[in-house]
Amino acid sequence: MRRSASGAQRPRARTAKLRRATRQRLAADAALLVVAIAFAVPLAWLVLSSLDEHASLDVSVPTEPTLANFDALMNSEITYRPMLNSLLLCGGATALTIGCAALAAYPLSRFRSRFKRPYLMAVLFTTCLPVTAIMVPVYGLFVRINLIDTLSGTALFLAATQLPFAIWLMKNFMDAIPVSLEEAAWTDGANPMQALARVVLPLMGPGVAVVTVYSFIMMWGNFFVPFMLLLTPDQLPASVSIFTFFGYRGEVAYGQLAAFSILYSTPVILLYVLIARRLGGGFALGGAVKG
Amino acid sequence: MSALTTARGRGPRLRWLPIAPATLLLLLFLGGPIAYCVYIAFTDMQLTGASSTHFVGFDNFRRAFADDKFLNAVVLTLVFTVLSSIVGQNTLGLGLAALMRRASRPVRTLTGAIVIAAWVLPEIVAGFLLYAFFERRGTLNDILGLLHLPSQNWLFTLPILAVSFANVWRGTAFSMLVYSAALGDIPQEITEAAEVDGASGWQRMWRVTLPMIRRSIATNLMLNTLQTLSVFGLIWAMTRGGPGTRSQTLPVFMYDQAFLKALIGYGTAVALLLLLVGALFSLVYLRLLREEV
Repeated sequence: MRRSASGAQRPRARTAKLRRATRQRLAADAALLVVAIAFAVPLAWLVLSSLDEHASLDVSVPTEPTLANFDALMNSEITYRPMLNSLLLCGGATALTIGCAALAAYPLSRFRSRFKRPYLMAVLFTTCLPVTAIMVPVYGLFVRINLIDTLSGTALFLAATQLPFAIWLMKNFMDAIPVSLEEAAWTDGANPMQALARVVLPLMGPGVAVVTVYSFIMMWGNFFVPFMLLLTPDQLPASVSIFTFFGYRGEVAYGQLAAFSILYSTPVILLYVLIARRLGGGFALGGAVKG
Repeated sequence: MSALTTARGRGPRLRWLPIAPATLLLLLFLGGPIAYCVYIAFTDMQLTGASSTHFVGFDNFRRAFADDKFLNAVVLTLVFTVLSSIVGQNTLGLGLAALMRRASRPVRTLTGAIVIAAWVLPEIVAGFLLYAFFERRGTLNDILGLLHLPSQNWLFTLPILAVSFANVWRGTAFSMLVYSAALGDIPQEITEAAEVDGASGWQRMWRVTLPMIRRSIATNLMLNTLQTLSVFGLIWAMTRGGPGTRSQTLPVFMYDQAFLKALIGYGTAVALLLLLVGALFSLVYLRLLREEV
């Protein structure tokens, strides 16, 4: 609600304006609440079913809420191993992505070259390519070079898919660090790598955190890549194991499925909350567009 | 920046060395598969017996355009993209962003949190949730029953509509965030000036707001479409492309041909077409960005 700028306005006109603003606000509130409820229904199923031992497919409040579904999952086969696999796969790939992106972003941000613009354009172009489309040839290639069904090979591929966007974001964050701060390090005789490690990266800590968390979230949720490239049940991350455990069974224990979904989703939701404020509105674009 | 261009004691070549690991990784694991994709698309490679692979020219493509199932997948992909990305996510995202500017703070925060939660959830979880929502014994039919409306087996009668709605549920947050930022960038004086001049709400939207955020609209449409073109997990978890082939979009069709039917060459030809469409969109996107800079 905006207060009228001119105090000289007649009281009646002002109350009319206020009333209209209130009406508009109420209408907007009502419309938003309708959408919010529609979006919340599937989420409500997730939470309510996870607490219901006899959960079915529709939303219903459990008569006697219980954590039995979670208890049933607490074993190595269903929960611990897939989660650990996810952590190894996505953690390793994220570390690789961030390392490569930080190194690449430094010269791209600091030095001039006529190849710089084409390189950045190529990176941006790759950002948009549908990775789904190349999964069939990647599978063929991985069979040929014996990387199929290995966590390391899958991690390398995941890192490569996330890398273009990570380079782009990292470069933009690095551009915001003034060069003058580095010059001190230069006069002290530091080489570029030392300047990057000791001066630039610590200064852009929040930016690095955003790129890291974002890459990790994207990989954690990725289903298609590990689904194609990993075969042994022991190696499957949670994104695929959830499917093999619950997707193919004739009689699905929906309560357990919901409980597992919550366990599997919690890390990314927490991580998102952690960086949400920094992301602000549409950071993905903010970063990309304002390049 | 210019101060560092005279880096002491470093040859200009060596200075660019840090770019090598990233470039290598990209060339090996993205460039390699794309080149390999182009190669196998012109062969008759099958999963069984790689030794008998022959170069077949454009046969795979000719076969695709004569294949009813391929054309079916193209049509379904178009329907899925137009419904869920262009109409659904884009319009709903803009609507939510516009409403949020007028709504009270608690409502705004609550709605934002719920819509974003749907977006942050992993794809496969979203697939299961919306399967439960649309299933015959699921929540949607319960709600329809409460309203005394006829219930349906949605995943059977209208599978493509169900997965499109699922994609709207999952993807709207992105558009909402983009448009919230874009609307926030419009100077308040401009909308106020239009208001003083007596423009109605709709006129302000059409004549002032939309033209001012047209770049965000273009970018958002482009990114939404690219993302929607490659949706696989969501559809796979909900319908597996079925019943029959009635929700089999191109990625699902490609997977089906390459792995379940063991026709790697043919599946890859389809993949290459999808990649080309994606590349085309990317180029348009780059073009839009270039205008901006």
